Amino acid sequence: MPHGNAIEISGLNKWYDDYHALKDIELNVKHGERIVVCGPSGSGKSTLIRCVNSLESHDSGSITVDGILMKDEASINSIRAEVGMVFQQFNLFPHLTILQNLTLGPMKARGMSRKDAEKRAMSLLERVRIPDQAHKKPSGLSGGQQQRVAIARSLCMEPKIMLFDEPTSALDPEMISEVLDVIVDLAEDGMTMIVVTHEMGFARRAADRMIFMDHGEIIETGTPEQFFEAPKTERCKQFLAQILQH
Amino acid sequence: MKLRTAFIVLSCVALAGCAATPGTWGWYVIDPRTPNGYNNIRFLINGMGATIVLSLVAAAMSMTIGMLVALPGMSANRWIRLPSRVYIEFVRAIPLLPMLFWVFYGLPVVLKSMGISVSIDAFWGAVITLAISDSAFTAEIYRSGIQSINKGQTEAAKTVGLNYRQTMRYVILPQAIKRILPPLANQFIYIVKMSAFASVIGMQELTRRANELVVTEYRPLEIYSLLILEYLVLVLIISFFVRWLERKMGSDESKV
Repeated sequence: MPHGNAIEISGLNKWYDDYHALKDIELNVKHGERIVVCGPSGSGKSTLIRCVNSLESHDSGSITVDGILMKDEASINSIRAEVGMVFQQFNLFPHLTILQNLTLGPMKARGMSRKDAEKRAMSLLERVRIPDQAHKKPSGLSGGQQQRVAIARSLCMEPKIMLFDEPTSALDPEMISEVLDVIVDLAEDGMTMIVVTHEMGFARRAADRMIFMDHGEIIETGTPEQFFEAPKTERCKQFLAQILQH
Repeated sequence: MKLRTAFIVLSCVALAGCAATPGTWGWYVIDPRTPNGYNNIRFLINGMGATIVLSLVAAAMSMTIGMLVALPGMSANRWIRLPSRVYIEFVRAIPLLPMLFWVFYGLPVVLKSMGISVSIDAFWGAVITLAISDSAFTAEIYRSGIQSINKGQTEAAKTVGLNYRQTMRYVILPQAIKRILPPLANQFIYIVKMSAFASVIGMQELTRRANELVVTEYRPLEIYSLLILEYLVLVLIISFFVRWLERKMGSDESKV
């Protein structure tokens, strides 16, 4: 594996005006590591992963992704080329077909030929198990299918790291597992990933490490076993009690 | 569609009704059955070409300038935003007629003092004025259309490696155009109507010709009635075309 860690975050702070959204975050992610971030809403989970590919700027501290220190436009572009992201609201391009959604990045940003891009796109659509929908518009697909397309779209850029921002929170319950299966599949292939989610079953299955955040801080971190069986902090116990009571 | 037909029929009936009142109307002045009336009506309708070309060129320029003003106007950097805000506020505050005078009579003087010796004829004077004056509004239309597209689209575009230009071209504008089109069509209709002002600097378009004929024939009521009808026809043709375009592009999102 190349130089140390996939992601190194140190002394990270972020403010929204007076609101301290991220407080002195320290986080190293090893190559191939699968991290699940959980915590109450407004705790800074999404903000944290959005800082990793610079969709949010940070006010102090440093972020290094795959050896690239985030500082200027050029470094941000190089980092984004390494990092794929899946959003809660899918954010597919509604005016393009599924196939075009996948090939846009490779063709326009990487200069790949249409033929090669479509070939890669089709093999990824096979992988997320929806090759037959390639020529439909996103609005013709179910939420679960749309999210799987969004995952395939990210993978089409061949990222080394994947970020998932509550990938199943906007889905109907019966569609959650089809999306999680794809993510687990990816995890088993050794993809480095950070997943913000409340799906604790998924966390047990796929995570190497759990991170619990509250009020912009990392409160607790540990293996899923430690985390679920013996949480160390009171806040974490409360949170787990709330989401596991159903 | 039915409403519009009814409206046109009604206007025609009203005009015909007026024509029947003896003594008030003198339609002979534009009666194509008499040689004089035929010449007059040809003279008036021949202004149509100038009005159309003037409007089209001005609209095309306005749409281009509007985009060049709107894009920096949405920058996150306030110093890039500033010139565009100033342009919009400034241009929007100038009434069309004074601007027309300034461009036609004043601008050549300014240019000459800078060592550029060009004469601005009535056509270009009118085109420049209409284009600039309208561009402030087009810029705002673009801005609202582009900003109405969900921020997630830009973010998704960034994560698949697109730069600003590519994001605009392949992701944002194709979606925004549907929402921009209806208000843009409104602005085009506005330009067609405002092109009448070009008559005061001597441009031979619809209104100018009507004015000239009124001076020789002393029949303002009939001639100006026809003039209004001419604009009505132009605008209805545009509306019809725009509705077709909207249907084609799916602008009416309530039907989706």
